[in-house]
Amino acid sequence: MNNIFVYCENENGRIADVSLELLTKARELANTLGCKVEALVLGTNLGGVEKELASYGADIVWIGEHKEMAPYRTLPHAAVVCGLFRQEEPQIALFGATTVGRDLCPRISSALHSGLTADCTSLEIGEHSDAKTGKNYTNLLYQIRPAFGGNIIATIINPDHRPQMATVREGVMKKVQLENPVPAEVKTVDVEKYLQPSDLVVKIIDRQIEERKLNIKGAPVIVAGGYGMGSKENFAILHELANLLGGEVGASRAAVDAGFTEHARQIGQTGTTVRPKLYIACGISGQIQHTAGMSESSMIISINSDPDAPINKIADFAICGDVMDVIPKLIKSYKQNSK
Amino acid sequence: MNKPLKILVLAKQVPDTRNVGKDAMKEDGTINRAALPAIFNPEDLNALEQALRLKDSIPGSTVEILTMGPTRAAEIVREGLFRGTDGGYVLSDRKFAGSDTLATSYALSCAVKTINPDVIIAGRQAIDGDTAQVGPQVAEKMNWPQVTYAEEIVSCEDNVLTIVRRLEHGIETVTCPMPAVVTVNGSAAECRPRHAKLLMKYKHAMSKTEVAELENDTYKELREQRPYLVINELTAADVPADENELGLLGSPTKVKKIDNVVFQAKEAKRLSSSLEDIDSLMQELISNHTLG
Repeated sequence: MNNIFVYCENENGRIADVSLELLTKARELANTLGCKVEALVLGTNLGGVEKELASYGADIVWIGEHKEMAPYRTLPHAAVVCGLFRQEEPQIALFGATTVGRDLCPRISSALHSGLTADCTSLEIGEHSDAKTGKNYTNLLYQIRPAFGGNIIATIINPDHRPQMATVREGVMKKVQLENPVPAEVKTVDVEKYLQPSDLVVKIIDRQIEERKLNIKGAPVIVAGGYGMGSKENFAILHELANLLGGEVGASRAAVDAGFTEHARQIGQTGTTVRPKLYIACGISGQIQHTAGMSESSMIISINSDPDAPINKIADFAICGDVMDVIPKLIKSYKQNSK
Repeated sequence: MNKPLKILVLAKQVPDTRNVGKDAMKEDGTINRAALPAIFNPEDLNALEQALRLKDSIPGSTVEILTMGPTRAAEIVREGLFRGTDGGYVLSDRKFAGSDTLATSYALSCAVKTINPDVIIAGRQAIDGDTAQVGPQVAEKMNWPQVTYAEEIVSCEDNVLTIVRRLEHGIETVTCPMPAVVTVNGSAAECRPRHAKLLMKYKHAMSKTEVAELENDTYKELREQRPYLVINELTAADVPADENELGLLGSPTKVKKIDNVVFQAKEAKRLSSSLEDIDSLMQELISNHTLG
């Protein structure tokens, strides 16, 4: 049976969130296809990972415990993944669009001559008929992603090559534990079998792991609060919404000056300039000093009790209402509709 | 002691998708490519700087640019000359049309084998695709090691590069023997500007196709006297590449469908704070991929 493989990134057996999100998606795709989900974990200190992976939908967990598998290096991981894929012939293989996945995945796709789509925002199962050859395909993976700087949405397929490979960024898919998880079958990856001495030529001589820094500039979604949020405590709900949407919290200068949040979050002329896919301005009137730093956002939603607030002039959607009434509704609505 | 290096930079001419103005989209929502300026892919400039620094550190080394695309991509090679490279190649052929990253990487790897460099330095990714696949795929096709997300090539000793990589959660320093492919992150040092002397020296550098397009070639003699003013052009047959691996035929991925994100005139849609209004907004955001 050709199953779905998920490459599970980990640091000493702690599985990355993006891999659990991919397992959740793989489970859904496998249910549609009627196949199994296989998780592949390479590294050290991997004892017990099968339980967590099974709880997110893995039927089979491949464990490759070996000193050359951690920390991650391209060539040894590529050798093992390619070897295992040649043996197991998955129909679909999913990887996180992380610095690891985006380093590893293209190397594998080239070695196996299979198609790869980077940074997918949606994965679906569908059909295809080739207009030229008249050939019909069923159960293909639709790899959907924005392209051309986000100005188009492309649906990519790999009709004739396997595995169909895709990477997905962290936070794009939801991770959901199964209600009634079943223990996974554990299989051992014979790492030595696949490794060649030439796979070990790159050496890591130093590694410094940093705390994750606030990254407002790179956030695809920004939930920003202004003076209209009313208090520091009310900012907590902005964090809740931002986390849910995979974004960051920003603020206007007035909110920062009032002590509602830290300066690192300030957006505008004297703060950071951002251009996210979605900017939700909560209780922000929209003075030019603020809009100068966010007016190029792809989509702007304003929430303001004043229907004539200047922010509404540049907004795509203007919700007239109290922020503390509207934001909980957004949270509730997103949870309901994103399933 | 280091022997002089033959350094090859992979660079791409891309439409400037970061500056998509209102006129960049046609009324039907398709892209008006003519309205988008063609630029040197930003991270390839970071790569060029690392290449030039490596050249500066090892006397006798050279830097050349290899770019694949339409013949007008000779502009990229010329831009490199203005900033300190020694030459370059435009890999151009109708047979490449429709290539996905794998077919592109195959064609590039064929050209690399013809050029035979010691090391390849490329940008991490191009802004028109954001895939970051071509660097690693070229490395695989060459069977060379790869170092991606490079922020700085710190040193080169006895044919081994020491490279600092910028990762999500920190930095990593690796050593990698050559030949190798290094892809450079946007966080690396900015590229040096054009040099006035080089601008004078190379302003008449052109590819054969560019020369053929001139109405009258005033600098014909000059180019004959100075062979460094000729920008090399390569075709699929020159490298040589297997036609079955090129273009649509050589591309495992196919584009099934393109949906244009239609830009609308700015006029805020007014919504009430009712749950119905918010629900319909949320459904719209999810269905048009603004969220999840």
